[in-house]
Amino acid sequence: MARKLLLEKANIEGIRGYDVYRREGGYKSVEKALKMAPNDIVEEVKKSGLRGRGGAGFPTGMKWSFLAKPEGVARYLVCNADESEPGTFKDRYLMEFLPHLLIEGMIVSAFALGSNVSYIYIRGEYDWITDILDNAIAEAKQYDFLGKNILGSGFDCEIYTHRGAGAYICGEETALIESLEGKRGLPRIKPPFPAVRGVWDCPTVVNNVETLAAVVPIINEGADAYAKIGVGKSTGTKLMSACGNINKPGVYEIDMTMSVQEFIYSDEYCGGIPNGKRLKACIPGGSSVPILPANLLLKTAKGETRLMNYESLADGGFATGSMMGSGGFEVLDEDQCIVRHTMSLARFYHHESCGQCSPCREGTGWMEKILKKIEYGRGELKDIDLLWDIQRKIEGNTICPLGDAAAWPVAAAIRHFRDEFEWHVLHPEECLKTNYGLAHYADTPKSPEGDLVKA
Amino acid sequence: MSVQFSQERLNKVNELMSHYPQGKQKSALLPVLHLAQQEFGGWLDVSTMDYVASLLQLQPIEVYEVATFYSMYNLKPVGKYVFEVCQTGPCMVNGSDNIIDYIKEKLGIAVGETTQDGLFTLKTVECLGACGYAPMMQLGKTYREHLTKEKVDAIIDECVKNATTNN
Ligand SMILES: Cc1cc2nc3c(=O)[nH]c(=O)nc-3n(C[C@H](O)[C@H](O)[C@H](O)COP(=O)(O)O)c2cc1C
Ligand code: SF4
Ligand code: FES
Repeated sequence: MARKLLLEKANIEGIRGYDVYRREGGYKSVEKALKMAPNDIVEEVKKSGLRGRGGAGFPTGMKWSFLAKPEGVARYLVCNADESEPGTFKDRYLMEFLPHLLIEGMIVSAFALGSNVSYIYIRGEYDWITDILDNAIAEAKQYDFLGKNILGSGFDCEIYTHRGAGAYICGEETALIESLEGKRGLPRIKPPFPAVRGVWDCPTVVNNVETLAAVVPIINEGADAYAKIGVGKSTGTKLMSACGNINKPGVYEIDMTMSVQEFIYSDEYCGGIPNGKRLKACIPGGSSVPILPANLLLKTAKGETRLMNYESLADGGFATGSMMGSGGFEVLDEDQCIVRHTMSLARFYHHESCGQCSPCREGTGWMEKILKKIEYGRGELKDIDLLWDIQRKIEGNTICPLGDAAAWPVAAAIRHFRDEFEWHVLHPEECLKTNYGLAHYADTPKSPEGDLVKA
Repeated sequence: MSVQFSQERLNKVNELMSHYPQGKQKSALLPVLHLAQQEFGGWLDVSTMDYVASLLQLQPIEVYEVATFYSMYNLKPVGKYVFEVCQTGPCMVNGSDNIIDYIKEKLGIAVGETTQDGLFTLKTVECLGACGYAPMMQLGKTYREHLTKEKVDAIIDECVKNATTNN
């Protein structure tokens, strides 16, 4: 069984409160960090190999070292708790059950970056979780871990929660900053990057919830120990939120040396697919990453076992691979219709486009419309090429990556399941009746019961 | 001006404003709009938005811009209980379509409508971060997860009961 660095204590009775959390060794990393030089903390995080858990996987220590430090200007740390990528619910779990772990990680990070005021930008719908965090913040303040001159160190540290109001785009860091300033969540053109000009034009670091929580074990156990867990450039542990057609949906902390197959079929994790159905496809890292058919999911195009880490999931590029993304792992069984699922995602991106760039604003709407047409039996073969063409015209031509995020799922669905799109067009009556296309997909591997699991 | 926060709420507004640097009180706009919506009937009419603008010393247009951008702000009246059912991929795979149809049938309204007695509004929303506990909906402050027809029935009964005892 893999070592857990973040969720190990999540099930302890009362861990949400300060007393139990502290008794279980909580806030030790703050005591340790306050005795270190801020730059040494940045170096530790660099050495740990920690990569941003929000989706892009950018090395956290490196991001921190880019933070501008002009004399007399405030710097800000902002925690990105907007978590709105379909399939992703790991940050919620962490905040709901271990709120103090996030606060602890933020205090250490704020100290490393020299940020006296930090914010948690949390999606508006997580209303009750905001209360949980506010309580944890109040408790930490009561015990001198927040406020002025914390633990007599001379360092002032405040953390505030800031609720969003329902906009996926506010997870994009510059849109998040606009929203934190009380405006519409319209992404900014980069450069300048937030590290130079972020919230209120001050240097700002935006990090995901899980990223900031991971700073705690890095400081407690040291960068070297952390880097030893995992493989290659995928160090430490990763939180995965698993959903779709699996027996045990939920949030799992994994060691990134595990195979995709083990993750899906072992009882310790997803527990296999309900009702003995076969695996058809999977979106391994949140709705924005390419969908993979079963045969390319369990093994790479080269025939190697695919592992649950950044490199392996991306092996083969977009032609035959996908991405770790945000860790939102959605499994689709043989009954699921790829056209319908892609249509649902296209609707999502259309709904969430902020409207600033025409390729994204118009393209997402077009894709939704065409996919609807195909799904409801009124498509033509040339619509499939048109869809392909539209997604190509969005990708790379927009201010922020939402455009790419909208294009990739459509591209991958056509790339791997073109025959299913064609089937819809050629069988308008049937696809209307069943609504779920059919499990006709030829490459679906035979049921991997038993033998495959233990492979 | 037709609406007015209580003193207690005004203190809350001031506390929210104190979270941001001097002169950056505009940052409190999203949280204060949440407060206003909660306080003044579950939606934001123009006079409410103008009131918020005056509290934060903003131009009314700055408030309208924001209120119209974010999906959680209601710009027209809603029922006492708003069922916000998630319809995105992972929930769809777990039967959200059926749940939405069932609620429509049971309440006799279409998506976006409110029942005649003003009790229920049905909305569809995009992923709420509960995909592993699908199908689900948001009801007020919390989530209702692993929805079944029976659960929907129970939730509706619960709401009707609360509405009659609270009034
Ligand atoms: C459309 C869009 C939505 C995003 N949503 C989130 C989100 O909900 N949470 C998150 O942490 N990062 C999200 N990101 C990534 C952030 O822009 C940013 O890269 C991240 O917060 C950086 O933190 P990290 O380095 O710790 O991963 C999103 C990016 C885009 C383009
Ligand atoms: S790509 Fe889409 S979401 Fe991003 S800025 Fe452009 S229109 Fe807005
Ligand atoms: S898809 Fe419904 S909560 Fe995520």
